[in-house]
Amino acid sequence: MLTVVILFLFFAIVLYFLLGGADFGAGIIEFFTSDGNKHRTRKTMYQAIGPIWEANHMWLIIAVVILFVGFPVIYSQLSIYLHIPLLIMLMGVIARGTAFSFRNYDAIKDEKTQALYNHIFTYSSVITPLFLGIIAGSAISGQIDPGANTFASAYIFSWFNWFSISVGFFTVSLCGFLAAIYLIGEATEPNDVQRFINKAKALNLAAFICGGLVFIAAEVENIHLAQWIFGNVISLTAVIAASISLVLLWITISLGKKMIARVFAAFQVTMILLSVGYRHFPNFIILKGGQKMSLLTDHAPVKTIDDLGIALLIGSLFILPALFYLYYSFKEKNKDAV
Amino acid sequence: MNDFIAARSQMALSLGFHIIYSCIGMVMPVFMAISHYKYIKTRNPVYKNITQAWSKGVAIFFATGAVSGTMLSFELGLLWPEFMKHAGPIFGMPFSLEGVAFFIEAIALGFFLYGWNRFNQWFHWFTGIVVGVSGILSGILVVAANAWMNSPSGFDYVNGQYLNIDPMKAMFNQAWFSEALHMTLAAFVATGFAVAGIHALMVYKKRNVGFHSKAFKIAVFFAAVAAILQPFSGDIAAKSAAKRQPAKSAAMEALFHTQSYAPLVIGGIPDTVNKRNKFSIEIPGLLSFLEHDNFKQEVKGLDAIPVKDQPPVAITHYAFQIMVIAGMIMMLAGVLYFIALWKKKSWLFKDWFLKLFIISTPLGFIAVEAGWTVTEVGRQPWIIQGIMRTGEAVTPMPGIVYTFYLFSFVYFTLSLAVIFLLWRQIKMVPQLYDR
Ligand code: HDD
Ligand code: HEM
Ligand code: HEM
Repeated sequence: MLTVVILFLFFAIVLYFLLGGADFGAGIIEFFTSDGNKHRTRKTMYQAIGPIWEANHMWLIIAVVILFVGFPVIYSQLSIYLHIPLLIMLMGVIARGTAFSFRNYDAIKDEKTQALYNHIFTYSSVITPLFLGIIAGSAISGQIDPGANTFASAYIFSWFNWFSISVGFFTVSLCGFLAAIYLIGEATEPNDVQRFINKAKALNLAAFICGGLVFIAAEVENIHLAQWIFGNVISLTAVIAASISLVLLWITISLGKKMIARVFAAFQVTMILLSVGYRHFPNFIILKGGQKMSLLTDHAPVKTIDDLGIALLIGSLFILPALFYLYYSFKEKNKDAV
Repeated sequence: MNDFIAARSQMALSLGFHIIYSCIGMVMPVFMAISHYKYIKTRNPVYKNITQAWSKGVAIFFATGAVSGTMLSFELGLLWPEFMKHAGPIFGMPFSLEGVAFFIEAIALGFFLYGWNRFNQWFHWFTGIVVGVSGILSGILVVAANAWMNSPSGFDYVNGQYLNIDPMKAMFNQAWFSEALHMTLAAFVATGFAVAGIHALMVYKKRNVGFHSKAFKIAVFFAAVAAILQPFSGDIAAKSAAKRQPAKSAAMEALFHTQSYAPLVIGGIPDTVNKRNKFSIEIPGLLSFLEHDNFKQEVKGLDAIPVKDQPPVAITHYAFQIMVIAGMIMMLAGVLYFIALWKKKSWLFKDWFLKLFIISTPLGFIAVEAGWTVTEVGRQPWIIQGIMRTGEAVTPMPGIVYTFYLFSFVYFTLSLAVIFLLWRQIKMVPQLYDR
């Protein structure tokens, strides 16, 4: 059952990155869209994420619940030392979620309040994934120091370091990239399509640069990232697969095959997560001095893991078909209707 | 304010905020389903308008409920890491099932909100029902987790170790049923009275009477039924608390001395120094009867409990009184409603009758907040009754005072925003729905 639980945790994280990430990305794109086009972007985006955005964010909750039920020591360790970035991320979640629905459900749509909602929405769409990335980076950065004796070394430098922050920016650019690819398929006007393609190109470049920064920062912080990723077959294969799928992605886009492009984008991001995740498995947190917290040893008692696994399996029997039907109804049926 | 008090206040604030949205999230889908059903059956467009107007409100509340719930699942760890480290594997079962229920709720809500004119109408109606059922289920499940903190079970506590963990036993602890029953009814009472009150106000002001009186009728029915049942389930809750948490019961009742023929203390100011109540009305024997079905039975007072294990008496006592008074007023309103419905139809549009419901608008939510104060403050100084003290659970990070200020600010702003939006919804009813 431990395997089942770990698989669910991995899937929840990947799916949150793909679906929730594309949601964040939509806001990031709005952030970087010129004022004249904002309105159109927003409309496309709303059609794309309106019905499903609530469900997309459930993957985060599932991941957190799996962590605190199945791996309570890991959860409490992260909660203590990454309190501040978690807090900022939560503020982002609050601001973003409420601004998004307020702007749609406000009965009076006057310019001033709409502008306020838009502002809150776009800023928090950047801040939230930035800090999610920082949190993920910090977990493996080796900067969390249970022996720390000053406030700064325990609660600030655990996440405020070059590596974590560059992972944060990398995450932001990937989210934006995902969303751009996704929105290309949603847009109906040729103009909009071209706009999103340009955005996707820019964000792809940004992701490259940020990815490079991550490697540089890793060297600065003495993290052997290059060795982690290129030093074992699976991670290396995953990276190569990611690169190939990126090339294929641009080919499919130039051929106008928007749906296949989405698959490649999702595949590429999954491969990136896999290449890092594989090397680290089963370790979830690397502490200062190299001590590790592992999914295989720092888990809850077996009985709990068994029950959690069963609950997840039964739950997914209900959730997955319903979720597929939701995506299907609002994607495919829509296509016919328009 | 020190960090420990700040952490407790922040937890209380976040939960007190979230519970409002969760009550609405549990109950409004039921109201919408009724009105939607009436629309499908009668084709009277007013019912469609009511359903749509409500569903917009619900979307606003749902988003706020979802984000504040997400906050909570992190805050448990941010504020009480030591508690979660040990409790997570034990009381986590309802949380994992709740995750499933939330997920289904979120999916169904997507169908419901965006499904007008897209699906078979009965399928669309059914998705609304699913939102309601999974909302209520998740409410029951979280409350089961809270009940475990009041009545820990499903493990053996040996030398500070938590052994032989059984998550299912932990979920079905002694308190889960009474708490879940009382909470589910409370959600109907609170949301029902709030919604009924707002529509009553509009009827009273003669605005869109057709729309508002139909909406009022749906809400008030549930509110009245639940309000009449609530004191009975409260009695079950009180008996259950007396059995497992004598300290909480004693504080609730401000009973300082262990005694037979224990009196029910109504009102008054508990004087913890002299161990007596000032200005209170005491009905001899009634407390013994309420807790043990027997006027003579001895009831444990605070003197039976070491001072270091006693909860704050005054807060618990006041909160309990507020809940009971509010409950009694709402029960009375519920009874009057049924009299009106069966015998005195003319009352229904009388000013005094509408005013009664207008005044009762906030009472349900006041009772909910008070009731949770009883449960949570009454459990102090324990975070897990009898096992772990709240003070041992708190995060080692200093500076929680500042995060408390931050949360207070955020929740305050959000509350204002929600009120503002709701006001705009109501203001727009004539333009949108009255033709
Ligand atoms: C509309 C709301 C409402 C109303 C009218 C009442 N209650 Fe209540 N009460 C709650 C809403 C609530 C609550 C907020 O839902 C609580 C908090 C925890 C829980 O399970 O329910 C609660 C807790 C609670 C507890 C503590 C249970 C525990 O700690 O385990 C007791 C003893 C009572 N109630 C008793 C009563 C009585 C005797 C009432 C008589 C009128 C009453 N309640 C009306
Ligand atoms: C939504 C309804 C709830 C409300 C309004 C509420 C209210 C409160 C209040 C007032 C406190 C502070 C008590 C004090 O410090 O004196 C508190 C503490 C706490 N509550 Fe609740 N509570 C609710 C439900 C829950 C649930 C469902 C859980 C968990 C399953 C929970 C977990 C906690 C924890 C961990 C604390 C901190 C430790 C403590 O002070 O005992 N609460 N809550
Ligand atoms: C008595 C206490 C509680 C009740 C009755 C309750 C009930 C609910 C309900 C009905 C919802 C759906 C939101 C809506 O429809 O508006 C919700 C949302 C949520 N609650 Fe609570 N809750 C309680 C306490 C808690 C606690 C203590 C936590 C976390 C540890 C929590 C976590 C969540 C989460 C994560 C969501 C968001 C799920 C979503 O996106 O739909 N809740 N809660």
